[in-house]
Amino acid sequence: MMPELHYPWLECSVLIPLLGALWVGWIRDADRARRHCIVICCVTLSCATGEWIDFMRLGTFEAHDHWDLLHLVFHRDVFVIDELTAPLLPLGALLYLMTVLSTLRTKINRFSFGWTLVAESILLATLSCRSPWVVIALLSLATVPPWLELRARQRSTRVYVLHMGLFIVLLCSGQALLPDGASPENPPILAGGLIAAAVLLRSGVIPLHCWITDLFEKVTFGTALLFVMPMTGAYAVMRLLMPIAPNWGLQSIALFSLMTAVYAAGMALVQHESRRFFCYLFLSQASLVLVGLETATAIGLTGALCVWVSVSISMLGFGLTLRSVEARVGRLSLDSYHGLYSHIPALAALFLLTGLSSIGFPGTLGFIGAELLVEGAVGVYPVVGVLVVVAGALNGIAVMQAYFRLFTGTEHHASVSLAARWPEKVAVLLLSVLILGGGLWPQPGVQSRYHAAIEIITRRQGGFQPSSDHAAPPARDATVELRR
Amino acid sequence: MTQRETLQILGVTVIGSPSALLALFGIIPMLGYTPSERLVARCIQVSVVSGLVAALAILGVMLATGTRHVPIELGNWVVIPQEGQEGFHFHLKFVFDRLSVPFAILSFVLCGTVGAFARIYLHREPGFCRFFVFYAVFLLGMIISSLAGTIETLFLGWELVGLSSALLVAFFHDRPAPVRNGQRVWVVYRIADAAFLIAALTLHHLTGAGDFDAMIGEGAWPAGVASISPHHALTVGLLLLVAAAGKSGMVPFSGWLPRAMEGPTPSSAIFYGALSIHLGAYLLLRVSPVLAASLPLRIIVIAMGSLSAIFGAVASRVQTDVKSALAFASLTQVGIIVVEIGCGLHYIPLIHMIGHACLRTLQLIRAPSLLKDYQALEDAIGSRLSKNGTIWEAMIHAPQRAWLYRFSLERGYLDGFLDELFLRPFMRAFHWSDGMERRWTDFLSGEASRESDRVAPYGDSLEQDVG
Repeated sequence: MMPELHYPWLECSVLIPLLGALWVGWIRDADRARRHCIVICCVTLSCATGEWIDFMRLGTFEAHDHWDLLHLVFHRDVFVIDELTAPLLPLGALLYLMTVLSTLRTKINRFSFGWTLVAESILLATLSCRSPWVVIALLSLATVPPWLELRARQRSTRVYVLHMGLFIVLLCSGQALLPDGASPENPPILAGGLIAAAVLLRSGVIPLHCWITDLFEKVTFGTALLFVMPMTGAYAVMRLLMPIAPNWGLQSIALFSLMTAVYAAGMALVQHESRRFFCYLFLSQASLVLVGLETATAIGLTGALCVWVSVSISMLGFGLTLRSVEARVGRLSLDSYHGLYSHIPALAALFLLTGLSSIGFPGTLGFIGAELLVEGAVGVYPVVGVLVVVAGALNGIAVMQAYFRLFTGTEHHASVSLAARWPEKVAVLLLSVLILGGGLWPQPGVQSRYHAAIEIITRRQGGFQPSSDHAAPPARDATVELRR
Repeated sequence: MTQRETLQILGVTVIGSPSALLALFGIIPMLGYTPSERLVARCIQVSVVSGLVAALAILGVMLATGTRHVPIELGNWVVIPQEGQEGFHFHLKFVFDRLSVPFAILSFVLCGTVGAFARIYLHREPGFCRFFVFYAVFLLGMIISSLAGTIETLFLGWELVGLSSALLVAFFHDRPAPVRNGQRVWVVYRIADAAFLIAALTLHHLTGAGDFDAMIGEGAWPAGVASISPHHALTVGLLLLVAAAGKSGMVPFSGWLPRAMEGPTPSSAIFYGALSIHLGAYLLLRVSPVLAASLPLRIIVIAMGSLSAIFGAVASRVQTDVKSALAFASLTQVGIIVVEIGCGLHYIPLIHMIGHACLRTLQLIRAPSLLKDYQALEDAIGSRLSKNGTIWEAMIHAPQRAWLYRFSLERGYLDGFLDELFLRPFMRAFHWSDGMERRWTDFLSGEASRESDRVAPYGDSLEQDVG
């Protein structure tokens, strides 16, 4: 019998933004819609955080909702959380809250709050599901809001549609061809290859990454951030690929991811414009997460899961800072200096802090994760560890170059005040606390991610089938015993 | 209270005082409060004096009791249990020994001196508080690097020193030149950091632990013996040498040294004249048992030190500003210190480092009043200062002298050499990739796909109403 949460946190987390989207859709005044959207996102974050705390207090590997209404309809546990996803739900909700909170009034007519809430609901539902077909359906559904925005903005959708269409076709065909009893010991080569190709495409691994840069060019910065930042490609790896892929398969994928990490880090250095720079920086960091995931060792996986959280928070702060600066001075060229430090010192400091955290600078959230990741990678192939370090060094150079270009180098003369608004200050303070707090006191986070890593490895070793929703995994103590 | 407990308290005070300073200077601006100059100065005084007194007390206890190795354990920052096949721990361990204690005391003395000087030098400067935030980062980085008992902890301090250095070079950030130079320093430091991290990982991999004890034997410095093979020692040692060369501005990374002089004089004095320029040499001294394990490595260290010393001596003679001349003079001494380390000496390079750091701090702090000092000197002797050449100048023919002059003035063309060898091919390759990606997305879109191409380089005058 699967343990049960004390309250229906999961259903609330998914349904509140969905109902909120309907509510916000009725509101004609964009500023009022923004304020309502902030409240809805706050409530959603509270539910997701409640779920995490409740789950931790249960001390179990997985749990389903209390008063599970969907169970009555579908006769199966649709929403289930486990060690992997428990902190990812509040993280996802936080991404949306911070993005909505830092949307300035100048941008509210371009940014659709209704569709943002729909996307949040889809994301939280995806993270709450384990059934492969439901995950595939939700991942496919998540591609719709950006497409609608591209259409609404009258931009070419061809690059996006081609890639996302291919992603859905590959994923569905791979899952359809998956034989019963597939496991790492009995790997389905064709089906596994198709699923691997799909998740690599969704993760933006070279040479299938151009849709991400194209998306950043054509939709609003907020929508692009929210589509790529939750790293659902990595989530698909964990849910769909990890239970069936053999070690050599995962290591092959790690090789592609590593190439992407180095390539994207190099590309970030030659970009002329801030959004494209951000896009490549994020691609590099996200690929490092994939590298760690596919080492399939306890330390490497723990590092990857830690970097997943740290990159999400750091790159969110980094992206939101860029977005806030863009909202003030328009699209930003990196070919010249802008000297904005004296006008927005708080945003400049957050930009630097989040940038340093994303590259794993000591004392920030990313440091221990990066150490674990490199340690795990070296354990598998020493040269992989070296390339991870090289990618990190290039990213570090790119971050500082962007900081210098945007905030220093000249005196910027503004005719209006560019100072940060209070919602931005709240976002700055909250993200700074998370980055520095998590960096200075990393043990709880690492411990939690380590348990998740052990669970994933146990599932792989036991050939645990994610499709069997009711299959009970071994208890936590038993897992520890197994390791002993 | 036992002697062990006393040392533990003193050790924690040495580490804790700069940590508290940084925490204070970090939290105050986050709350939107700008501290007064008097408060900033008082905080620095308290932090530096308490740390210095604690370090001196430890030295006193060590001398009185004959203890030569005092480990201070702060426990594991992060630990993953090791019941299974894999485990991980980040051990916060600091070591007070005959190498680290003098270096930590030197750091406190010079940081305190420069802090007092900077308070007056930067009085009412718009970036006063920003300077002291970076100063606090630097102080903490130096103390952690000096006292680190594990290679991970040393890396932590090493990174803090690197970041504060780059940001201080770009301190006057309203002008492009300091910013460009800050970026250059950061690039060199990142290369050095990458080499250091790879060396640390390799050592960790070979010895199974990050403690220096595990790498260089249980004996107190300098008595340790490396526990790795000569072949591994050569590999690891070369990586550490690259890291040290980057940090200390040795050849071929010397190009950033004069660029670093764009920062305010107090930071130039403390970073490039006194402390951080010696950090590379300090690293080599700390891992001297690894150097001792490989003769080819020692020969390379000596060669690199000699080359840097000769280059520094030649370049310093033709610099047109005093700070650059002093920077290259520092490089000469650092090169000699590295040669001493390569020769297997331990105490002579340590004494050389301390003496040189103190002298150079004084010279750099006096640099802004150099002309006044010259005039005072000439008034005192009653004539102009002699400008006679040295014997070397007489021995070199005019054409070679002209070439050497040009070579030195251009700082050995080292920046151009590195740019041509690494930077330009790198940039060309990625620009080509960028172009290919553009063609690919244009093809898929059936139109010009990049809106970012239309972003003007000076497009930041389009301020919008952000109300």
